[in-house]
Amino acid sequence: MAYILLRHRDIPDLDKLDVYLKHGGFETLKKAVTQMQPDQVTDVVKSSGLRGRGGAGFPTGVKWSFLPKNIWPHYVVANADESEPGTFKDREILEFNPYQFLEGLAIASFAVRANLSYVYLRGEFWYLADKLEACLAELEKAGYLGDRLFGTDYSLRLRVHLGAGAYICGEESALLESLEGKRGQPRIRPPFPAVVGLYAKPTVINNVETLANLPLIIGEGPGEFRRFGTEKSPGVKVFSLSGNVQKPGNYELPLGSTFRELIFTHGGGPSEGRKVRGIMPAGASSSIILVNDETFDKVMDTPMDYESVQGIGSLLGSASVIIIDDSHSMEWVINKTVRFFKHESCGKCTPCRDGTYWMGHLVQHLGREVANGSNLTLLKDVAVQMQGKCLCALGEFSTMAVTSALERFPEDFDVKAKA
Amino acid sequence: MHTHAAGNDTPEKTMLSEKYPDEVKAIFAKYPVDQRRSAVMPLLYLAQREEGYITKAAMKDIAGMLGVDVTEVAAIVGFYTLYHDQKAGKYRMQVCNDLPCALRGADEFLNSLCEYLGIQIGETTPDGLVTLEAVMCLAACDKAPMFQIQSPEEITYHENMTVDKTMELIEALKASGKEPA
Repeated sequence: MAYILLRHRDIPDLDKLDVYLKHGGFETLKKAVTQMQPDQVTDVVKSSGLRGRGGAGFPTGVKWSFLPKNIWPHYVVANADESEPGTFKDREILEFNPYQFLEGLAIASFAVRANLSYVYLRGEFWYLADKLEACLAELEKAGYLGDRLFGTDYSLRLRVHLGAGAYICGEESALLESLEGKRGQPRIRPPFPAVVGLYAKPTVINNVETLANLPLIIGEGPGEFRRFGTEKSPGVKVFSLSGNVQKPGNYELPLGSTFRELIFTHGGGPSEGRKVRGIMPAGASSSIILVNDETFDKVMDTPMDYESVQGIGSLLGSASVIIIDDSHSMEWVINKTVRFFKHESCGKCTPCRDGTYWMGHLVQHLGREVANGSNLTLLKDVAVQMQGKCLCALGEFSTMAVTSALERFPEDFDVKAKA
Repeated sequence: MHTHAAGNDTPEKTMLSEKYPDEVKAIFAKYPVDQRRSAVMPLLYLAQREEGYITKAAMKDIAGMLGVDVTEVAAIVGFYTLYHDQKAGKYRMQVCNDLPCALRGADEFLNSLCEYLGIQIGETTPDGLVTLEAVMCLAACDKAPMFQIQSPEEITYHENMTVDKTMELIEALKASGKEPA
């Protein structure tokens, strides 16, 4: 199967503009700008069923159609703030297939008639900022960006904005705050960014991988895109596989491929003599899927699409699949995830700011008896109390590994046995 | 250790707009003319180029350029992990020991580095060359153990690392005073 998103693995030097052009590059943008109406582009994306690859899985074309037509200008911001522990797919696309992503961003910009769009790149991807800036300069020189594209009245400029290390800026409203030169703290919604976004104007925010799908969808049509994947989760997806497997890495597979295929066929399974014990399919934000002799086949045969993963008590998210083998205790695992969210909480909402602090304290002293039972019951209580009480998903995400570990791996938290 | 330039008796260009006029102009050109505040992050990186951290004077300078209070600028410095308001080693070696890296031995790697360098996490080698830090996910989970090196000029990734390879890198940094490409 030829690669769709990781095409650079088939075509060497695809990050050079002449090579990208030789392989049909920017013909789709030209087609869109010269032969289609912006709304037509949106309709094609809608009918493709493309869902956001950043984690939420919201239908991309529908998101675009929320922008009001009586407030201008419109903006598109590419979310390249890839920071979920376990996710490293956008980085590969940005580094080796940057023009496909940029063409997608240009197509999205045309669809909503944005004349200025941004790439919000996480600060750690410093070396990619220079690379993308160079790509943009090449594109302006070659006439694929700038004034009056392809002789039409449509003009477009793209700019790179470098973040400075904050997981929360991957959350779209925090990202906009950051781009406006403020601390990256989520906004109260409504209003949603589609109406009041960047500089208080209608704004679309799409993930890098989402945008990289657009040249295929607009160029070849939704049917071509739907050749892979399932009815509700069409297309291919880049799965970032990490943790206790022999061959970690990015694997581009149709949505709906099974865990078995990813973990064993491609990832080589856990190391010799070890067993898979837990899977976190959406990075540190996941509920941990229990794998034991009883559940093994059911889990491994589960298709990795949005609905099916939900069906076994977790989420697909951005498909950052972390494998935990039987040499690790879940107590240690949630110490790690809680530490992460405690560090990354932006501090705006009290349940998240204080809740992640207290979870951090409690997971380190689980054996200790307190007035109302043990720290274990208190931990569960704090986690449950946080859920559904914050402006963004970070607070809730921080509790997923905790509550699922306590419920599904109780033997790892046998306080009495340890005492 | 390199010497501090501040406090020279010759009059010195201290404002970013005087020192880096082209860069400052290019930064503001990225954003709509009425949205100057968006430039705060790239301006902070520019200010950090000098000493590897952002001085109070630089924050005041940037606040003046943007027309915001210096407290606003300081709050942004404090919010983002890649901005620093304290002097540290010339190179900040930032080792990821988040869950995916830790599943592949990042904690053991970090502990060994501490031992070899004779410092704890957060400390700087006596020669002022390297500050060792533990950081959150850097999107390189399949290439653990790994770290990034933040220097005043840039950030570089170093993946699939071993203690030996890391010590070689540190020796090279020491010898050249500059990171090898």
